[in-house]
Amino acid sequence: MTDMIDMNDLKTELIQMVEAANDLSALEAARVAALGKKGKITEQMKGLGKMDPDARKEAGAALNLLKDEIAALIDKQERALKKQALDERLDTEKADVTLSPRPEAKGSIHPISQTMDELVSIFGSMGFKLAEGPDIEDDWHNFTALNFPPGHPAREMHDTFYLPDDPDEQGEAAKKLLRTHTSTVQIRAMQEQGVPIKIVVMGRTYRSDYDITHTPMFHQCEGLVIDKDIHMGHLKGCLMDFARAYFEMDDLPVQFRPSFFPFTEPSAEMDIGCSRKDGGLKIGAGDDWLEILGCGMVHPNVIKNCGLDPDEYQGFAWGLGVERIAMLKYGIPDLRTFFESDVRWLEHYGFDPLDRPNRATK
Amino acid sequence: MKFTLSWLKEHLETDASLNEITDKLTAIGLELEGVDNPAEKFAPFKVAYVEKAEQHPDADRLKVCIVDTGKEKVQVVCGAPNARTGMKGVFAPEGSYIPGTDMVLKKGKIRGQESNGMLVSEREMGLSDDHEGIIDLPEDTKTGTPFTEIFGMDDPVIDIAITPNRADCTGVRGVARDLAATGLGTLKTQKITPVKSNFKSPVDVDIQFLKGCPHFCGAYIKGVKNGPSPDWLQRQLKAIGLRPISALVDITNFFTIGLGRPLHVFDADKLNGNIHVRESKKGETIEALNDKSYTLEDGMTVVCDDTGVQAVGGIVGAVPTGCTEDTVNVFLECAYFDPYLSAKTGRTLQIESDARYRNERGLDPAFTRPAVDLAVAMIQELCGGEASEIVEAGKAVDTDRTITFDPAYTKRLGGIDIAEKEQIKILESLGFTVTKNKVMPPSWRGDIEGRADLVEEITRIYGYDNIEAVSVRSSDATGHVAETTLSARMRKARNVLAARGMKETVTWSFMPKDKAAHFGSNDNKNEGALTLTNPISSDLDQMRPSILPNLLDAAQRNADRGFADSALFEVGPVFETVKTDGQKMVAAGLRHGATGPRHWSGAETHRTIDLYDAKADAIAALEAAGAPAGNLQITRDAPGHYHPGRSASMRLGKNVLATFGEIHPAVLEEMDIDGPASGFEIYLDNIPEAKKKGPARMLLQASALQPVTRDFAFLVDENVEADALTRAAKSAEKSLITDVSVFDIYQGKGVEDGKKSVAIAVTLQPVEQTLTDSEIEGIGKKIVDAVAAKTGAILRG
Repeated sequence: MTDMIDMNDLKTELIQMVEAANDLSALEAARVAALGKKGKITEQMKGLGKMDPDARKEAGAALNLLKDEIAALIDKQERALKKQALDERLDTEKADVTLSPRPEAKGSIHPISQTMDELVSIFGSMGFKLAEGPDIEDDWHNFTALNFPPGHPAREMHDTFYLPDDPDEQGEAAKKLLRTHTSTVQIRAMQEQGVPIKIVVMGRTYRSDYDITHTPMFHQCEGLVIDKDIHMGHLKGCLMDFARAYFEMDDLPVQFRPSFFPFTEPSAEMDIGCSRKDGGLKIGAGDDWLEILGCGMVHPNVIKNCGLDPDEYQGFAWGLGVERIAMLKYGIPDLRTFFESDVRWLEHYGFDPLDRPNRATK
Repeated sequence: MKFTLSWLKEHLETDASLNEITDKLTAIGLELEGVDNPAEKFAPFKVAYVEKAEQHPDADRLKVCIVDTGKEKVQVVCGAPNARTGMKGVFAPEGSYIPGTDMVLKKGKIRGQESNGMLVSEREMGLSDDHEGIIDLPEDTKTGTPFTEIFGMDDPVIDIAITPNRADCTGVRGVARDLAATGLGTLKTQKITPVKSNFKSPVDVDIQFLKGCPHFCGAYIKGVKNGPSPDWLQRQLKAIGLRPISALVDITNFFTIGLGRPLHVFDADKLNGNIHVRESKKGETIEALNDKSYTLEDGMTVVCDDTGVQAVGGIVGAVPTGCTEDTVNVFLECAYFDPYLSAKTGRTLQIESDARYRNERGLDPAFTRPAVDLAVAMIQELCGGEASEIVEAGKAVDTDRTITFDPAYTKRLGGIDIAEKEQIKILESLGFTVTKNKVMPPSWRGDIEGRADLVEEITRIYGYDNIEAVSVRSSDATGHVAETTLSARMRKARNVLAARGMKETVTWSFMPKDKAAHFGSNDNKNEGALTLTNPISSDLDQMRPSILPNLLDAAQRNADRGFADSALFEVGPVFETVKTDGQKMVAAGLRHGATGPRHWSGAETHRTIDLYDAKADAIAALEAAGAPAGNLQITRDAPGHYHPGRSASMRLGKNVLATFGEIHPAVLEEMDIDGPASGFEIYLDNIPEAKKKGPARMLLQASALQPVTRDFAFLVDENVEADALTRAAKSAEKSLITDVSVFDIYQGKGVEDGKKSVAIAVTLQPVEQTLTDSEIEGIGKKIVDAVAAKTGAILRG
């Protein structure tokens, strides 16, 4: 019976000791004092061997019970102390949440690139392939092959930039110039690629003109479809589909007007519907029209100049100004600003590099 | 070209409304530029009767009038001294726009008396400067008559754009013919009576330059009386913005606009001898009728008398032989000048004239002599006089040609089914002669060359709107790739550079020659080959050898505006030669100043830009564009516009894929750029084609065993580069070492001069089983040995 009394005393003593420990090191000391190798309970355990079996059994069970109780109490006390320590630490770790985070530069994609990617996406989905050609061209590719006869005034209308003649070439091939339109790639495609053709071309073009609506360098999107049975209905359908996709309006009205280009016959210009109010321009069904591109059936002379038989092959072509349609869609007022590299403009009119054109998204 | 509706109706019999006419013009390719319809603008202004005009009770100079507009009677307060009971004036109701004052009329009270509108003066209507009083019309003028009718201003002015192929529509009659072909009206016949005469022209004509002027007709008219032309003619000319000068001059303008047939009238008494048409000689001069003097070049077509040049053929006449009010005897010129030469001469002399506009498009060669008949008749009608027989030199250019006509081709090319009869009807109404399967274009349609032209004529008159649109979407578009290898590389490089915080820009393909010279000028083999012969300005004269100068200028411009620390890039061409393969597609970028703004968090955000920023950009863009960025050799041979010690090329053998580095301080100074700036140039064409086929990736071999990292610090000669050290370490145990990276470089206390301490971290990836300590130790020894052997480095104690 004295053992039992001892046990109760021991329990009270140990509980007091654990509860008195008010930091983690005191608690660790208490744990050692209670459960360590020389701890109070361990000492009692050592004494069990001297007891007779019945008493040992009873005292052993009681000791184990006490050991578990104290261990649990220590755990509980430890959690409380840790929580208290954490609370104290958190109290000292207050940041000014209104401060700005570390700066990250924001990049942007130029509206010309964005628009070209949109065009690739639209015409790509119609089955067009991209084609390329050089910016420095020769007289033949830029004019003669495209049915601008030598001396024709229309050549002059293009305000062409010229380079010195190429001494390695002769005649029209020697006469170097900066292409005035991407139509040169029509010629290269017909000569190099063979029929049928369904290409779209994006690139820089150059004309010696600099005012509010002209820059000496600008970008065009050119298209060419050549096969045996391509007619003006296809021209209309293709460009109507394009305009509606690009301006994201299923009901955008379009009209085709007869026009003139040396390299197409019949020729047309395409207008889209718009309305003008208070100096503003709104694209869509309205009371006015806005010209956006020139097009036509490829002139038989051009087809012949490229080594194809115009009695067998025919097709259509178009050319449009990339800056112009970018200005229309994105409300950019001044052409010249496209080339000024003003970081404010690039940021304002530029596009998020992770949000690139895709026909299926908004 | 501008013309009035009434002028059009001189040639076109039609009941169509103005709107129907203008819509049709656009639909057939004569694009409407604008309509000025005074009848619409002045619609509210009508004749009114002043029933009563009494003194204003509270103002001496004002009158209170009761005005009868024919519909109602309104009270108007009027300040005009001539306002009186019983007069007829022009009334403007409230709400109407008064052109002379640029104001909209409001209802109001003037000194207590209500005023509902206004009786207007000529100045208020924009008619004249007369503001002495209100318009005072004859008493028998009918109340309610539109103002425009009284003043002959009810004639709308139509302005259309003429494409270069439509010479025939540079005259009102040609426009009328096109409209008639659509069924909108009927073309009135033009009666031409040949000149009757009983004397020969005392002025004769010879052509010494048939190429420039194949055909010349003229007539001498004696005893004319020149003076102001009649009102109707003055009104037509004024309406389209031409100033009436005298009957003779106005007649030539009437022919130019009405029939697209420029004429010239010489004062015959001022001509010396006969007329000679010849080539000009350089240095000849002309005092032209546009009040300017010109010095001619060789080879222009000139019309001369015995003393010299009296007109530049088809462009402009000369003052000394021009007509004046006193002219009595005239010589009328009507010639066909070569279109190309007219264009060239006009361009060289920079003369924009109505005559040039028509001659360079090509006049109707068959209309030269008939035009003289018509013009003589009109001169005689307006100025009297007696005409000589027609003088003629050269002959009309032959325009006869036949084109095979295949009605089925209209459907094949035009995509529209139009009955053969309808097709023929359209062609015939445009003046074509159709016989069976042949078509002969009229003399005035020099632009018609082949059967595609016929399709255009037929479809444009029938209406492009009637062609059914057919989509060209491919059925196989799901598996379709539109991009080329190069365009895909451009897009990917662009996206990754922008994602790295750089802004894409687009700059000119040309730049100042002296700037280009700092960037490996592309003239090396062929001096001047890439210098424009006619640049738009001297600072845009050289095709660019590099994009960097443009980016440097742009960065500086932005800094000057207060936006420093820019990071710009461009993906575009540079030019090495004029050949097709001399153009290279480059992605170039430039970082200028600091990495970013100052920031409370520490200095790293506001670090000075250095070559490693450019190198990181270059590697990222190369990787995006598909280059094996990890396998590239770094060599110290970047072009001269980079800092020689702080730049490099990235290459695969001889093939340079990119260069990067800090921009050479001397170049920055020459270009007035505040440093520092670091840039890169990636040659997208030089990236080898990927070997991999198809989109599938290689299977991931992720080891279940944990990698081990060991650090080593070496003492090495300061000239040994990091790459040599890391490659040496890697070579020690290729199968296990997956990464070697430099994490510290130190020079200074504790390291002897000329040496540096380089610390590397080596990552080992066990393959089959976890490495034991002794195995790791063994590899460590191999690494130390290999590095020592290849670089002379020793392990730091």
